[in-house]
Amino acid sequence: MWTWFYRLASPPFVYRVAATLTPWFLGLAALTIGYGVIDGLAFAPPDYQQGDAFRIIYVHVPAAWLSTFCYTIMAAAGAVALIWRIKVGHAVAAATAPIGASFTLLALVTGSLWGRPMWGTYWAWDPRLTSELILLFLYVGIMSLRPAFDDPARGDRAAALLSVVGVVNVPIIHYSVVWWNSLHQGATVAKLGKPSIAGSMLWPLLSMFVGFMLFYGAVLCIRLRGEVLVRERQAAWVREAVKS
Amino acid sequence: MIRDGFWSMGGYARFVWPCFGAALAVLSWNLWAARRFLAAARRRSVRVMAMAESER
Repeated sequence: MWTWFYRLASPPFVYRVAATLTPWFLGLAALTIGYGVIDGLAFAPPDYQQGDAFRIIYVHVPAAWLSTFCYTIMAAAGAVALIWRIKVGHAVAAATAPIGASFTLLALVTGSLWGRPMWGTYWAWDPRLTSELILLFLYVGIMSLRPAFDDPARGDRAAALLSVVGVVNVPIIHYSVVWWNSLHQGATVAKLGKPSIAGSMLWPLLSMFVGFMLFYGAVLCIRLRGEVLVRERQAAWVREAVKS
Repeated sequence: MIRDGFWSMGGYARFVWPCFGAALAVLSWNLWAARRFLAAARRRSVRVMAMAESER
């Protein structure tokens, strides 16, 4: 089993698989995001309380979900790299950080634009908003920490350690609306049992979820190939990979 | 056919459209930055290989 595990994480294998998957992920992401945007903006009915402003959820919720999902992937990859000394783990973590940071920023900006008409303010020091802002700071800290060391291996280890420690913020973000009094609404889609959202509003949202995930997969594959090339530039297989 | 009030978004246009604009910007930036990063990594690898060959 371990032989298989290590072979799966070998840089040439990862480079090849990432190159194969990229166009598939991108094509499917374009289809699902395209459907989600058209259905969400043009065909889903307005909300009975929020009117057309509710359509912001079609970008805000998938972005917020991706912000925590990317962080979890980054921390898991960092942990794998620290525990089993698998170098590709550091490459996955380094490739994921800027993607996660950009989606965290998008979640904060779109949430703020939704908050103005609904709460009467762009920003409130609400538990959900504050913990999401801390997530953005964690991303920025991890991205800054990696190149701060002269020895890249030490930078990778420090960034992995910080991302593993910071993963405690992910459940805090998720349960902040349950644990504390919050302006932010509770779970709508991911509620156990029946989601409290009409089907005509839910389908475009699910499509955007899938689309954003596929988009993350595509961008991760592109960035991962770059990270692997940088880390393996002295290896013999890179010569063939770069020529092709 | 576009429904009535599509562009005005029921009076929330100044909040809804910037959100979708920001999403488009983030998606575009991610794709552009990732491709640029890969191209730079390729160039760096080619340079390293060329230096190694010239040293032989």
